[in-house]
Amino acid sequence: MHINGVEIEDTFAEAFGMWGSRLIVTGDDLGWARTAAEAATGFATSIIGCGCEAGTNDLAPGELTPDGRPGVAALVFTTSRKNMEAQLLQRVGQAVMTSATSACYDGLAAEEKVKVGGKLRYFGDGFQRSKLLDGRRLWRVPVMDGEFVVEESFGVVQAVGGGNFFMMAASLTAALAAAQAAVAAMRAVPGAIMPFPGGVVRSGSKVSSRYKGQHVSSNTPYCPTLRGQEDSALREGENAVLEIVVDGLDEAAVAEAMRVGIAAACLPGVTRISAGNYGGSLGQFHFALRELVST
Amino acid sequence: MGCIACAALVLDGAGVTLTRRESSSIPVEADSLCPDRFVGLGPTEIAALPVFYGRRKVELGDLFEVEGAGADNVIVSGDLKAVKKIGQGMSMGRLTVTGDVGPHLGAYMSGGEIVVQGDAGDWVGAHMSGGRIVVQGDAGHFVGAAYSGEPRGVRGGTIIVGGNAGREVGARMRRGLIVVLGDTGEFAGAGMLAGSVFVGGRLGGRPGAGMKRGTIVAFGEAPELLPTFRYACSYRPVFLRCYLQSLEASGLIASPGLPDGEFRRYVGDMNSGGRGEVLVRDQSQ
Repeated sequence: MHINGVEIEDTFAEAFGMWGSRLIVTGDDLGWARTAAEAATGFATSIIGCGCEAGTNDLAPGELTPDGRPGVAALVFTTSRKNMEAQLLQRVGQAVMTSATSACYDGLAAEEKVKVGGKLRYFGDGFQRSKLLDGRRLWRVPVMDGEFVVEESFGVVQAVGGGNFFMMAASLTAALAAAQAAVAAMRAVPGAIMPFPGGVVRSGSKVSSRYKGQHVSSNTPYCPTLRGQEDSALREGENAVLEIVVDGLDEAAVAEAMRVGIAAACLPGVTRISAGNYGGSLGQFHFALRELVST
Repeated sequence: MGCIACAALVLDGAGVTLTRRESSSIPVEADSLCPDRFVGLGPTEIAALPVFYGRRKVELGDLFEVEGAGADNVIVSGDLKAVKKIGQGMSMGRLTVTGDVGPHLGAYMSGGEIVVQGDAGDWVGAHMSGGRIVVQGDAGHFVGAAYSGEPRGVRGGTIIVGGNAGREVGARMRRGLIVVLGDTGEFAGAGMLAGSVFVGGRLGGRPGAGMKRGTIVAFGEAPELLPTFRYACSYRPVFLRCYLQSLEASGLIASPGLPDGEFRRYVGDMNSGGRGEVLVRDQSQ
């Protein structure tokens, strides 16, 4: 199967169940809202070393923020509810609350909740106030620019993490162009984020290492400089590989993000699109590339 | 603030209609005129429900022409100025009054919705704990207030008054939201424990007297405050935008636009701990 001359490999991405949360971060203007949301989702590229995977997203078309001010969505994914609470507490407390004019609300209608504002309220040193509005409790924490408004609890859902695809290209220039086009298209998919810097991974990994105590190492079969020294998965004419990892609040969001991303990545200089998996026996979710692009 | 959104008279699928047979100034205690009491009853059984007409115990059907069945949508019409306690204790359904209504409307209600397409008497929503009351005209005194001698009043729900209201709106309220788009009399929020009172017109003098916590917001002319209230700052309260956004989204209040302005914050009543607040829109901004 080919799209614009680019081969779509007959393979699949293997993804895993995670817990997901969606925050709405608002500010006096969109710039301040983005500042807060991006600070909160920074250093969250991989669950392996960052505690969670996170990123920002535009609000859905027609979606209003609870306070009517400009806002962005911040999506966070991690391995357990307990860890989600810890991550949200840290990130909202250290990065959203500290950001000028910010406020933070739950952006997910979910039955399961973790308490965030209900714990951050103590920063108010006894002067915090709460308001119950439409069944949602909002905390007003006194701060130097007025008040930080934060919702008591945030919803968490069982989500999907680790959707992915690889772009093999004749040059780094071509790979970058494809990756950037893919990320731009994927950013429009609500409920999905690409947690790596700029949405792109350059240092994909494999789950083995020659070093004792190290569990992951560089994905050497896909490293072009090692062709000749190591068994290579690259074909002749392939000189660079970039990967995009996507997490989503549900399977459909990941599938849609991958679909639009792959379609956008099929540009001149790209030889094929592939995906990473573990043989299919570890992850609960499989995204077959050819099926995705056929829909 | 914008005008109250018109609560359309729901005629299609109307359940029960009650029409007052004749005008009278003799008080009627009509706590049986409540959707909860109509569940499973036909018009004959509804007409047989008891009411007090002055000091005489009579049947609802003696005073009202009753038609239809079903408790979800009740419409009451006619001269109701002397009819008290309509919707008292209701927990479900929608009750519409097509004109003016007497006192104690929706007292102790815990759910459902009451809409009055005219004026209401005193004690609208006294001690309510849930649900919604919309009075398109004026309301009397003690809207959402606690009865005399009761330490705590309203515990939840929303009351919207499209016109003016009398004194002691939200007295001793514990939770919930009261919005008066017109003017209020004195002592709004007296003894408030929590909750929120918004006044679109002129907030009467000495609001929040004795308040422990809670929020009173004056969108109109600055009120005369007690000396036990201290000025804190002028700021843009984000939480207030959440309320106005919610009221507009629910269609209760039509907006000319969110009041993205500065409010002067006064904290008090210092005689009661000083943790309440009166926010006054800064008209100079």
